[in-house]
Amino acid sequence: MLDVGRHPNIDLLAYSEVEKLEGRSGDFKVTVRRKARYVEEDKCTGCGACKEKCPTVVPDAFNVGLGDRKAIYSWFAQGIPSTHTIDPEHCRQLKGKKCGVCAKTCLAEAINFDQKDRLVEIGVGAIIVATGYDVFDPSQIFEYRYKEIPNVVTSIEFERLLSASGPTAGHAGRPSDLAVEAEIEALEKKAGRLQRAITKFEDKYVESSSAFSKKYQDGEYKDDKDRKRWADKYAEHLAILETIEPIKKKAEGFTVAKRLAFIQCVGSRDFRFYPFCSGYCCMHSIKEAIIAHEHETETTSTIFGMDIRAVGKGFEQYKIRGGNNSNITYIRGRVAEIMEGPDNNPVVTYEDTRERRVKSEEFDMVILATACAPGRGTIETANLLGIELDRYDFVKTDPLSPVDTTTPGIFVCGCSVAPLDVPESVSQASSASERAAEVVFQSDLKKEKAVA
Amino acid sequence: MPDKRENIRIGVFICHCGSNIAGYLDVEELEAFAKTLPNVAFVVRNLYTCSEGGINEIKNAIDEQNLNRVVVASCTPRTHEPLFRSSCAEAGLNPYLFEMVNIRDQCSWVHMREREKGTSKAKDLIRMGVAKAALLEPQEPIISEVHAARALVIGGGIAGMTASIALGDRGYEVVLVEKEERLGGMLNRLNMLGPTMTDAGDMVKEKIETITDHPNITVFTRATVTDVDGFIGNYEVDIETKSGNEKVDIGVIIVATGGRLFVPEGLYGYDGRRVITQLEVEEVLGRGLDPAVKNIVMIQCVGSRNEERPYCARICCQTAVKNAILITEQNPDAKVSILYRDMQMYGVENEEMFRDSKVKGVRFIKYDPARPPRVEEGKVSVFHSLLGREMDLLADLVVLSTPVVPQEDADVTSKILTVPVDENGFFLEGHVKLRPLDFATDGVFLCGSARFPANIRETVAQGLGAASRASIPLSKGFVVVEPIISVLADEDACRGCGLCVALCPYSALEVRDTEKGRKVHVIDVSCKGCGVCAATCYQHALSINSFTDQQINAQIAAFLN
Repeated sequence: MLDVGRHPNIDLLAYSEVEKLEGRSGDFKVTVRRKARYVEEDKCTGCGACKEKCPTVVPDAFNVGLGDRKAIYSWFAQGIPSTHTIDPEHCRQLKGKKCGVCAKTCLAEAINFDQKDRLVEIGVGAIIVATGYDVFDPSQIFEYRYKEIPNVVTSIEFERLLSASGPTAGHAGRPSDLAVEAEIEALEKKAGRLQRAITKFEDKYVESSSAFSKKYQDGEYKDDKDRKRWADKYAEHLAILETIEPIKKKAEGFTVAKRLAFIQCVGSRDFRFYPFCSGYCCMHSIKEAIIAHEHETETTSTIFGMDIRAVGKGFEQYKIRGGNNSNITYIRGRVAEIMEGPDNNPVVTYEDTRERRVKSEEFDMVILATACAPGRGTIETANLLGIELDRYDFVKTDPLSPVDTTTPGIFVCGCSVAPLDVPESVSQASSASERAAEVVFQSDLKKEKAVA
Repeated sequence: MPDKRENIRIGVFICHCGSNIAGYLDVEELEAFAKTLPNVAFVVRNLYTCSEGGINEIKNAIDEQNLNRVVVASCTPRTHEPLFRSSCAEAGLNPYLFEMVNIRDQCSWVHMREREKGTSKAKDLIRMGVAKAALLEPQEPIISEVHAARALVIGGGIAGMTASIALGDRGYEVVLVEKEERLGGMLNRLNMLGPTMTDAGDMVKEKIETITDHPNITVFTRATVTDVDGFIGNYEVDIETKSGNEKVDIGVIIVATGGRLFVPEGLYGYDGRRVITQLEVEEVLGRGLDPAVKNIVMIQCVGSRNEERPYCARICCQTAVKNAILITEQNPDAKVSILYRDMQMYGVENEEMFRDSKVKGVRFIKYDPARPPRVEEGKVSVFHSLLGREMDLLADLVVLSTPVVPQEDADVTSKILTVPVDENGFFLEGHVKLRPLDFATDGVFLCGSARFPANIRETVAQGLGAASRASIPLSKGFVVVEPIISVLADEDACRGCGLCVALCPYSALEVRDTEKGRKVHVIDVSCKGCGVCAATCYQHALSINSFTDQQINAQIAAFLN
């Protein structure tokens, strides 16, 4: 990312979308919408002071909703460019309310609420589509009860939970526990506010709340409105303290998730959704299990799959190492159903095909290895550029010219072609840049000839 | 060594980074502290040293305060060192007289609740940075010209041919060296290519014609590369050809030597007739399958995923399924059973082919490697691990799926080019994920099954990709290298022992005979400044620019002070 951001020959148009394409190979004209950030890119230093002060809290899409961000935000901490962006859907000022806190905070004077989308036209010789994929939404598989059982998560959610820069700073806390902790925090905040109000009354009337409360209940201060407020606040405070106690006790027992189940082929190799194999999911489940074990050595993981497809360089050895050193058990079988057991523990029912028996097992957390779904963005882009898609909506290519689309001068790489892992995607990116360079070279040659 | 008479004047710029630093450390105290340090002539705090205002402040101070060293205490050099260095250069100060101190990422950010301790640590860091800065020496970037805009491609299989055509089409000269009589490599022995069932022979023919007619490509068949001398942009390569030896100047090298199929001598009764390999079945299918062959059993993972060869060879499952489909097409009565451990039909096309084969009646039987199948006369016995029982399968023909293994001469190529191979004997790329087609050594690139078994789609993509990587120095015409590299600082101390040469991961060192005897020589453009040599040299003869022993000692002394 950094290399792209700093490269003298790369003009990075982030937060932008292609709107229109004209021309042909060697001589395209592309219209790009540069969406308004409401932040001047050349002034913003990416310091993040604005988001500290912004009062509007929004679920953080980068952390797949597991954490929060503000209405002014950067997509993620190391994002390039580091320029912040105001989310017009949530910003108070842009919604017509009074705010502008970010503008007051920003010492670089980068905030500009009047910024508008801009259309820019660019002449290019060749185009590379690298629009990636979408994560399959597993709530379509009703028997897995994703979203119903809090401790059933997707691989990408678990990835964020394991990440040091994620919402739990890398401690694989269970979502049900995180929700309880959030509840405690909210109650404590409320209790704190009430405590401050009560203290004010105590100072004002020079009396302890408990002594006052007794007198108030005995009927003293009957028509005193101010003292009634005191009594109400005091009662509310006591009620919260009472509620908070058992929850806190419960939370004392929380640990990170230690018994993990990984379910493969969620949405892939499934005729109801995507019949293809998503290729990389076996490896990311193994990787997540190994990392979880590195974080907490008591962790045990069970990976439920049909075939464990460890086909890349060093992958098979990695898989075996995971089994030997990281407490991973591989079970051949498809999971039929996930139910919720005691303590919010998911209970997995599956057929162990080697033992030919149906079994149920309780886990702390279940991770769904979701399919590599063709990207909605890819479909839109393909329509716009006039390139053909295959029957699943991946970009159509031929095995013998693996990065050429059906339109000359437009090339493709990465998961918009098919599910690919990192080394394959990186190789393909170089391939696509080679094909694009050939086009640019040929058109330069033609121009030279025309001039001569 | 800095001139002792030179009056060192260090400017220290302390960045608040908004509140990222100033919110957690006492920056005023840091400023006052920096002023007390030796050689420090000027100290200032900036809200953002990286902003236009901050940069101007550095430039003005260099001029007005006559600074000859600059220290910025702020964020990470990963993102900001290039900016600050170029700012120094713009003000006329050699950019390597700049030192960066990170008081944010490993200081203010990790000590958010420890203001005092964090501030004290920042002081240590600044004191160390200033101590080092006083000893910094000016450096000039190393620019090396690419003398020969010509690529050497070793291996004329599909990977090498694809790379050669791509580079040739871009206008670069290509020398393609193939050890066999004919171009095409493994493709020459294949029948149809999955999943599109393209005729391999037609494809080879087409590629060979393109190459033969290509004005920019010179082909040497039945030829081998015997010696490679030099470095990126400036190689001298010896090629032994059938009509004598050639010497060519080369700028970049692509290794596309492919792999070969493991021959299962002594396994499952392999005899090359009734028990054959997938490669041999390709040839059988090319000629036409004997209609009398009705029962075919294929066995997967023969010689792979075992102790000797622990890797999964990636393409054997798809090859088996492809050939099973072709068998059922040639002989609709044929019954094909594939005995497998895991069916590695990754991706979209393979899984489709897998389903198609099931529709065509191919049977899949999972076996347990602890109870492998037994090939007997006219049958194969196997323990079906999912049914939990033994079964006998009639077998007129048994096909063994054996892995692609490295070429027998891979180690020779590895030595000639001084590039490494991995534990399985395949060539080892610069970074398994991020630099799959580069070697750690600049100027040498990699594609196809020489790296790891790959199918046709992957091999063509890698051939194009390697061409793209290799074309970068060719198109630029020069290579620029950061001068933070190894230098022979004390020639007299060097005994020419060659320990550093053996350990250098970038082939950047060599021992030369000089008037003073055998001495090590650093190839500037190849050196990455990793420091392995300097750390190894027990004579302290080698040193790394901007990380000299003296500079590091000064930092340590400043810390301990």
